Amino acid sequence: MKKTLLSLAIASVTLGAPVSAELVYPSLSYRTGPFAVGGIPFADGYADYFTLINERDGGIGGEMAKVLECETAYNTEKGVECYEATKDSGSLLYQPLSTGITYQLIPKAEADGIPILSSGYGRTSAKNGKVFRHTFNFPVNYWDGASIGINHFKEQAGGSLEGKKVTLLHFNGAYGKEPIRTLQELSKMEGFEFNTIPIDYPGQEQKSQWLQIRRERPDYILFWGWGVMNQVAVQEASNIRFPMENFMGIWWSGAEQDVLPAGDGANGYKSLQFQGVGSDYPLYDDMKKYVIDAGKAAGDGSNVGTVIYNRGLYAAFLAHQITLDAQEMNGTSSVTPAMMRDAMEQFTLTAADYEAAGLGGFGPDIKVSCENHGGLGTAAITQWDASAQKWSLITDYMPSNYDLINKLVLEDSMQYAAENNITPNCD
Amino acid sequence: MFYREAGDFKTSYQDDNQTFPIKFDRYRYYFVLFVAFAIIPFIINDYWANAVFLPFLIYAIAAIGLNILTGYCGQVSLGTGGFMAVGGYAIYKFMTAFPDVNVFFHVILAGLVTAFVGVLFGLPSLRIKGFYLAVATLAAQFFLVWLFNRVPWFYNYSASGQITAPERTVFSNPVTGANSEPWMVYLFCLVFLVMLTLVARNLTRGALGRSWMAIRDMDIAAEIIGVNPLKAKLTAFAISSFYVGVAGALYFSVYLGAAETEAFGITKSFNILFMIIIGGLGSIFGSFAGAAFLVLLPVVLKNVLVAWLGWPTDLAAHLEFLIVGGLIITFLILEPHGLAQLWRVAKEKLRLWPFPY
Amino acid sequence: MPEQLVFAMEVFLNGLMAGVLYALVALGFVLIYKASGIFNYAQGVMALFSAMTLVGIMEGQVPFSHLINAILGTSVHHFGWHLPAALAILVTMGVMVLLAWLVQVVIFRHLVNQEPIILFMATIGLAYFLEGLGDLMWGSDIKKLDVGLPQGINLWIDETTFNIFDYGFFIDNLDIVATIIAAILVGILVVFSQYTKQGRAMRAVADDHQAALSVGVSLSFIWVMVWSVAGFVALVAGIMWGAKSGVQFSLSLIALKALPVLMLGGFTSIPGAIVGGLIIGVGEKLFEFAIGPIIGGATENWFAYVLALVFLVFRPQGLFGDKIIERV
Repeated sequence: MKKTLLSLAIASVTLGAPVSAELVYPSLSYRTGPFAVGGIPFADGYADYFTLINERDGGIGGEMAKVLECETAYNTEKGVECYEATKDSGSLLYQPLSTGITYQLIPKAEADGIPILSSGYGRTSAKNGKVFRHTFNFPVNYWDGASIGINHFKEQAGGSLEGKKVTLLHFNGAYGKEPIRTLQELSKMEGFEFNTIPIDYPGQEQKSQWLQIRRERPDYILFWGWGVMNQVAVQEASNIRFPMENFMGIWWSGAEQDVLPAGDGANGYKSLQFQGVGSDYPLYDDMKKYVIDAGKAAGDGSNVGTVIYNRGLYAAFLAHQITLDAQEMNGTSSVTPAMMRDAMEQFTLTAADYEAAGLGGFGPDIKVSCENHGGLGTAAITQWDASAQKWSLITDYMPSNYDLINKLVLEDSMQYAAENNITPNCD
Repeated sequence: MFYREAGDFKTSYQDDNQTFPIKFDRYRYYFVLFVAFAIIPFIINDYWANAVFLPFLIYAIAAIGLNILTGYCGQVSLGTGGFMAVGGYAIYKFMTAFPDVNVFFHVILAGLVTAFVGVLFGLPSLRIKGFYLAVATLAAQFFLVWLFNRVPWFYNYSASGQITAPERTVFSNPVTGANSEPWMVYLFCLVFLVMLTLVARNLTRGALGRSWMAIRDMDIAAEIIGVNPLKAKLTAFAISSFYVGVAGALYFSVYLGAAETEAFGITKSFNILFMIIIGGLGSIFGSFAGAAFLVLLPVVLKNVLVAWLGWPTDLAAHLEFLIVGGLIITFLILEPHGLAQLWRVAKEKLRLWPFPY
Repeated sequence: MPEQLVFAMEVFLNGLMAGVLYALVALGFVLIYKASGIFNYAQGVMALFSAMTLVGIMEGQVPFSHLINAILGTSVHHFGWHLPAALAILVTMGVMVLLAWLVQVVIFRHLVNQEPIILFMATIGLAYFLEGLGDLMWGSDIKKLDVGLPQGINLWIDETTFNIFDYGFFIDNLDIVATIIAAILVGILVVFSQYTKQGRAMRAVADDHQAALSVGVSLSFIWVMVWSVAGFVALVAGIMWGAKSGVQFSLSLIALKALPVLMLGGFTSIPGAIVGGLIIGVGEKLFEFAIGPIIGGATENWFAYVLALVFLVFRPQGLFGDKIIERV
């Protein structure tokens, strides 16, 4: 036992030694476990983008990018272990893809000085950059998503939701409970009746929930699910013949694998998105040439262009742009996490930037500042066409109800600051 | 030759009654304590603390607790995760409600709260036995997790239902929160572990422990000779839940820092049960051995497979399952009574060494 | 008819169907426990493994493809064929029989006469092992299982009940098919155990190992047979659940749903598993319908256990279980 410990100690020292002349991007992925269905395409997209940049551009600013993958199985303990194992290897930016793990890492990353980017998940009130100095969640968060979804339904209903019934069908955990307060406020403002129906993990049995929906007949359903409960929900919705155009999922509940099993019944299902769908972008031609055809793809190539793959690619794209900014700001190609954080706090992304990268129209405009780590908070809506088996954007990137969202963000972040003795500041 | 009792005479009842009567045992124990308290805090770093030592210490406490209930008293319980959740949420409420009281006392208070809850959920054990009781404790597990999810008072009405441990200090060194040093958190948990182990060892050696073992072995006969089954079973539940509650409080406040009810799910209950079965039921050393096995093995496997051999992470994760399952089966075939039995047999052989018998 | 009562009837019928599916999973446990006194923790994982194997064989996947590709650097994934469902089921059944034989020879032959908790632990090891093996062989991403089972609302029932009650009941076609299949399966099992030689031998072994040995029943053959039958039951359960929600890791968690069924019905009784399943299915759905909205929903996880617990307090061996006789 002692000998093993000693040899392990030596091993860990050599393992933990920082790798020089390389930009390290840890990928806390989950290719196993109950949420692998979403974790695998994201991790593939993330890894493939950096492979493309290395192959096509020779790295970022001349430095090769290295993706350090660590399997968490969506388990918070393993997430902590992966963070501790990778943080000393020169990790520049963490994107944990799990709300639970993000909550864990927020205080740790703050203490270690490594920024976290939790685009479209994580702790929504991290938008308040004065309290959460190292956590960013641009371009959009859950409360924005809820508000945008309600706005879309309002438009669909002819301008007013007065007297209508909206149900939030959600995963019975932190992730699924995030939008409840926002929706409660919105229900008071817009005059609709609001109730919630929770689904327990793993959510592969939703008969009771959908019988309840069938009895109550809500006009609109917003859905916050992840993993297998997505496809079961879509399947059950089609089983009870719920009008699919009134059924909208958040961006984690709107992927191909969620709708394909239900076949034609899923036609018309909508989902919020914050990045483009499909592979109809010039970057994908490069991807095909340099990565997929060259046999360097992370997966077996079947996920390329799917919704969650694109999300992983987008996450990597953001990391790439931030690194370029950091390199430019500091005049050096080997950046540190502190430089990344500063670059993130001044990050802007316009349509021209997307175009230049071969991803024209792929995502919304982004503008980050110290007070606002969450960007402009816009999202678009896609709809599933079951016969063409394609998701397509049906709206532009639309704003949310800023005043309400900012008010709620301030409330929640100040509670965190009070509990943890943090003085909001911008230095 | 080393491990002998010859020439070791006791001259007082106190000496005769001590936990480690054989000198070699005692010196080994002192040596381990020395290494644990005086050497490791100086060489520990963040990764070792967070990935290896803290989970080991915390799961060892929980394993001892479950061993008291299942190994010594024979009441199989699958509600360990739920009780850890009670400990975690209790300490959160105490920490946020009384920020000036030292977190050390909060841990103990959380343990007491869990003991109380444990007695409540232990009442069915007076009527139900064996595997049926195990499944009944699952009711406790699922109900408690649902309760903490459902009642907003437990998570201070936060929007998402997650609880975060605020920073607290012991002797002006932070113990919870992100600024805590690895050696400080390690020592904090170690102190609890040593204290609780001493208590457990003496409880199980005393009258209470004997009454537990009597209930485990033959409860009707035990009742006939005067062991009160109500008292024995409920004290087992209470004390076991105290340990599990302390483990849960440390798990949330010191190790994770933030938690939601998913962290205390059914997988946790099964994990701790596996630890005590692999380690050996009815043995304190077995709790340590089992906790070490199930905490260290995945970490070692991951480091070997991913870091040294460079295999893809999901392949490594699958192989981990395969290897853990295979090892469990192999151990069981070789030694059905767990690692503690292997240790006992080794000690027996060592007492006679170099003679064969 | 008052609306709530009509709703309650719909929930009741759906509860019965759900109960049948739970009972299906519980049957596997009961079979193994009856014959060999082992509580098979791996039953859920066996359902997952058999469903994964079925999909893999139907789709012509190369087993261990990820491992082979990682070691040899190749990129093989599929053989290219597509087997029809019936043939694939037969092949999968063969695999489960092989698995049963291996489990008996490698594990349980060495653990004869150990205490129940040791045998339980062995099945835990088996569960881990099978899970890793299944993921290694077929990959851990979600797979669609399509054996031609119909899904969706049963329109005939919808219309008929609408005409009677002014509210169309929702009964899923898949649930109806599952009920029929489960009924046939139970019928076959009952006929098998009552009227065939092997079935009688199985009951003899369940009664008393020593006595069965002394009349010439081969214990290891019976155990292999029992594990194979349990494997078959697991395959059927895996197909039913896999058709509903795809074949992936969470499938193994259906075993947790079967535990309260076992508690209620008793660990050793096949009719107990059925009746227990029905009671749990109806009970949890009705509770969620009636009281769920008041206390916030998502009560299904724990209510089944509480219900079983209440039953157990009055009848500690379950409804149909063997009365626990303790000798001092």
